[in-house]
Amino acid sequence: MSLPPPPSGPVPYAKELALELLRDMLRIRRMEEKSAELYGEGKIRGFLHLYIGEEAVAVGALHALEAEDNIVATYREHGHALVRGMPMERIMAEMYGKREGCSRGRGGSMHLFDAKTRLFGGNAIVGGGLPLAVGLALADRMQGAKRVTACFFGDGAMAEGVFHESANLAVLWKLPVLFCCENNLYAMGTAVARYESETDLCVKAAAYGMETLKVDGQDVVAVHEATQRARRRIAESGAPVFVEYQTYRFRAHSMFDPDLYRDKRELEEWKTRGPLHTFSARLKSEGKLTEEQFLALDAKVGEEVEKAVAFAEGASWEPVEDLARDVTTPRAPA
Amino acid sequence: MRRISYREAMREALREALSANPRVFLMGEDIGKYGGTYAVTKGLFDEFGPERIRDTPLSELGFVGAGIGAALGGMRPIVEVMTVNFSLLSLDQIVNSAAAFRHMSGGQFSVPLVVRIATGAGRQVAAQHSHSLENWYAHVPGLTVLAPATVEDARGMLAGALADPDPVIIFEHVQLYNAEGDLPEPWTTDIRSAAVRRTGRDISLITYGGSLPKALAAAEQLAAEGVDAEVVDLRVLRPLDTQAILASARKCRRAVVIDEGWKSGSLAAEIVAQIAEQALYELDAPPARVCSEEVPIPYAKHMEDAALPQTEKIVAAAKAVLGSEVAA
Repeated sequence: MSLPPPPSGPVPYAKELALELLRDMLRIRRMEEKSAELYGEGKIRGFLHLYIGEEAVAVGALHALEAEDNIVATYREHGHALVRGMPMERIMAEMYGKREGCSRGRGGSMHLFDAKTRLFGGNAIVGGGLPLAVGLALADRMQGAKRVTACFFGDGAMAEGVFHESANLAVLWKLPVLFCCENNLYAMGTAVARYESETDLCVKAAAYGMETLKVDGQDVVAVHEATQRARRRIAESGAPVFVEYQTYRFRAHSMFDPDLYRDKRELEEWKTRGPLHTFSARLKSEGKLTEEQFLALDAKVGEEVEKAVAFAEGASWEPVEDLARDVTTPRAPA
Repeated sequence: MRRISYREAMREALREALSANPRVFLMGEDIGKYGGTYAVTKGLFDEFGPERIRDTPLSELGFVGAGIGAALGGMRPIVEVMTVNFSLLSLDQIVNSAAAFRHMSGGQFSVPLVVRIATGAGRQVAAQHSHSLENWYAHVPGLTVLAPATVEDARGMLAGALADPDPVIIFEHVQLYNAEGDLPEPWTTDIRSAAVRRTGRDISLITYGGSLPKALAAAEQLAAEGVDAEVVDLRVLRPLDTQAILASARKCRRAVVIDEGWKSGSLAAEIVAQIAEQALYELDAPPARVCSEEVPIPYAKHMEDAALPQTEKIVAAAKAVLGSEVAA
């Protein structure tokens, strides 16, 4: 497979927004590198799915949305939660399993929830978030709310029946759903060509009568612009739009994955298209960023990560007596 | 007090909910223009329109999931699933999302969803439309599972379910829709307690849903033979009203549990276990179960009848538990 050239060209944004995008990608990268290290130390357990390599998707897409929009995400959602505005310390505490985590330590890495930023989970059933997004959008339409529901899912979810049921419903009922397909070319360890009858995922989505957009997911500018365009279309028409972000994960599927199914050359080739270094190079060539500024930004992000880790270390364990708390809503005594 | 069918009672409850709260809407296969597979929603489409009486594609996973999303988004959806066999297609969303979200999100997101599911056998519709899988749902923490068996409960339990902030599954046995009964006023909206439908002192017949009429008929037959049977209607399959179950078992000192599910791993098994754990030494005989035979429910009438709990089987089981105390 021959890849397109690395993202290049002018960055059509004011310096402030450009640096904000860079900073958020860096925040995800450094938080996750630290998470991997902490996993090795046994501080974080269970499944840990890293987003490293795919940062431009969450950053570009979420910056194109409005604060009141709904977000539905997958189990590879640390970056989405962070960019959406969840404090890094609450994410880190959740990964530690601590009570001060966003989900009180009940969910861990795969189940970050935040009512405040309308993040309806980290869903670890592939495709599980899709009908929820349809329902959220239906609720908004019935109540006259103007928001859009952005649902992130991987290429693997396109093979699930629930994708097709959800796409059909969203188009049939003309609901404001932004289908955000993060195509990283592998459903866990199985390449798209080995599990899809039609490898152009936009073709599948278009079969439902949806507008589709295909975008270089390694280019934060392209992601941002395409998502803005898609959101605008949804706001105008009320109908769903499907965006395929073509991306690649640089790490294994999870910490348990020996990563034996990919050609090392493929990985190296994709790394030349890394979202962080290509974007910072573009900013530097335009004079919007110097190496000193980058290092200063990186140091600041490093501090945020260290602070988050210190917070998680110092956080508390939920008392075992609270095990059954919130299985259901507490009821007033009869 | 007025005479009403179970179906009409349910329809009245739906109409009341739709009228009282603009956030309530109905969603399901053929509930609108067709009028509902079991005609429960007949007329509601004309009355409330296609936005609120929403016909869905044949996509149980999709529209039950959309119901969960709509509930998260501030609506009060009532989703109808045509049979419990079809509900298996939506089980993922019910178990992995609806039931889990509140706990898994650290208490941030409740899912105030109501799902109505038709269940049970007796209509010769064979092995893909006749099963009783209520216990699959009653197994899951986070869900409340109801089984209205009387017209009063068909009328009242929906309001209780809608008032609940968490997911509630309502099982309606298909053999009950035509049943008529007297609707008391006011009716109860309670969704926590079991009810004693017939008081007695010799043996407790514990059941729910479509088996309630059979248990009551068995109690009548037993009465003719001098046995005073109590009949407990569970009404709520999760959380079980353990106190009511134990109180009846302790009082009668003998119990038979009747459940249209298969015996192995049945709800009846759970109830017998609870009685054994907490009241074993207060019993005069081991408890018994009358459940469906361990076969897919067959089509031919005589075979279907043979597969299900029947009044005669309940009477026989009760007599066996009573042993020598019943004159042969």
